[in-house]
Amino acid sequence: MSEVKKIATRESYGNALVELGEKFENVVVLDADLANATKTDKFKKAFPERHIDCGIAEGNMMGIAAGLSTTGKVPFASTFAMFAAGRAFEQVRNSIGYPHLNVKIGATHAGISVGEDGATHQCNEDLALMRAIPGMVVINPSDDVEARAAVKAAYFHEGPVYLRFGRLAVPVINDYPDYCFEVGKGVKLREGSDVTVIATGLCVSHALEAAERLAAEGIEAQVINIHTIKPLDEELVIKAARETGKVVTVEEHSVIGGLGSAVCDVLCGQGVGKVRKLGIQDVFGESGPAAELIHKYGLDGEGIYRQVKEFVEAD
Amino acid sequence: MDKLRLQQIANEVRKGIIEGVHSAKAGHPGGSLSAADVFTYLYFEEMNIDPKEPVMEERDRFVLSKGHNAPGFYSVLAQRGFFPVEDLKTLRHTGSYLQGHPDMKHIPGVDMSSGSLGQGISAAVGMALSAKMDNRSYRVYTLLGDGELEEGQVWEAAMFAGHRKLDNLVVIVDNNGLQIDGRIEDVCSPYPIDRKFEAFNFHVIRVADGNDFDQLKAAFDEARNTKGMPTAIVMKTVKGKGVSYMENNVSWHGKAPNDEEYAVAMEELEKAGEALCQR
Repeated sequence: MSEVKKIATRESYGNALVELGEKFENVVVLDADLANATKTDKFKKAFPERHIDCGIAEGNMMGIAAGLSTTGKVPFASTFAMFAAGRAFEQVRNSIGYPHLNVKIGATHAGISVGEDGATHQCNEDLALMRAIPGMVVINPSDDVEARAAVKAAYFHEGPVYLRFGRLAVPVINDYPDYCFEVGKGVKLREGSDVTVIATGLCVSHALEAAERLAAEGIEAQVINIHTIKPLDEELVIKAARETGKVVTVEEHSVIGGLGSAVCDVLCGQGVGKVRKLGIQDVFGESGPAAELIHKYGLDGEGIYRQVKEFVEAD
Repeated sequence: MDKLRLQQIANEVRKGIIEGVHSAKAGHPGGSLSAADVFTYLYFEEMNIDPKEPVMEERDRFVLSKGHNAPGFYSVLAQRGFFPVEDLKTLRHTGSYLQGHPDMKHIPGVDMSSGSLGQGISAAVGMALSAKMDNRSYRVYTLLGDGELEEGQVWEAAMFAGHRKLDNLVVIVDNNGLQIDGRIEDVCSPYPIDRKFEAFNFHVIRVADGNDFDQLKAAFDEARNTKGMPTAIVMKTVKGKGVSYMENNVSWHGKAPNDEEYAVAMEELEKAGEALCQR
């Protein structure tokens, strides 16, 4: 088997911004002294006059982005997820969300896959925070192809968008000719009648790996990639729950407030499906190599396989 | 426009403030009244705006960073013709477009939603930056409370504006000396305000009486002629200005007059208006 191509979605973000910048004059990119890490340095090199380094002041950066957007610019405000959704939550809520301004938030270094930096920098709460803001679109792409498509879709979407990217290089899984990205549409990647695994972000490729292992043991798992956490593809989620009964959600995020909660919010009103939420189980992260942490927290292919199997075999 | 006319309009703005907060049975009259004169100067003298075309592209922008003074802001917008003065009586009522804090999505003339202190100045900086990037000529004004200066975000925004030499930006500080919990120097002193802005690379203009139109004119003319750095106008004002029992009284920061107090306030303002007419 040939080596799978791996790219971190933060790289995809940086590359997509350059492409957008070439086409559209009104694209401006803001950063908070992390251009080398968020990969907006590529945009800075290509369009220095449209790259605004706000220094280490994320709350102010969100406000500046809001002000810029009122004049017709389309700002992409970039920093780590911890600071975009965490530190600047109230600026995002009041200065961007409430007036429904056309600001895009590019949040890199989300989740425990930040790795060695540890808990202070591993944001496992951003989806919950952003999802709670009325009118906010929340997107968590699974690979390079999807991430680049999401950045472009965000540009064309009128209103605030939160884009979640990772530090870790992840396998490219969507590199097929008829790939099409649509905001709010989930993607069924695998058919199956015993259980549905709904995954997001870097957990999607792990879910596919788990499904292979389950299939080898006669358990057919349907796998759905949810790149848009909000608005959620409710129709697809309900249909899957009706088909398989049991649903497992998988995310590199707290089980409180993220994909799992969004799925439960939909299903609880339908009276269908029994859900198990895999993710970070209400704890802070820790330092360590990303792959080891993903394994430790049960979010690699093996961990997902084990937990889905247990769930399917339980009554 | 001559000074007397501006004084007359400011008096009408003050009446609108009292009408609004009385009708709402809530709101912030103290800081609205201290800023009534600068609101009037901005909207009737200084800014390039058109009430018939509130989102005119090349208009000057205003951001009320101390968003709780919406009663004063709405009153001047109504006087200027952005919406009917009569609507001020719907302030804070359920279903009214006149929300407790400025709402750009529903109120003509409001360039930015605000209310959470410290945030408006950042948006104003973004607007000023955009003009610089595109060589556009509009100017941006933002009004802050002196208590608001305790918010760290104000200084993040000031640092950026000074760094970027945004000389199309005017930060106005309404230094009425009082915040909810008492005198600003007792709560958590932001003084010296002028030297702080100087340290952030602003041109600072000190206004001894921010309720005086001659002094306001001198300050805004100086700001307009300032190149290469943003301007901060730090103006001393009287909180509650124009209503005797509200003046310099911290308890009127955020409460509405009852019917009796309303009648006294309106009578005082009527008399002040008549006195201006007889000049």
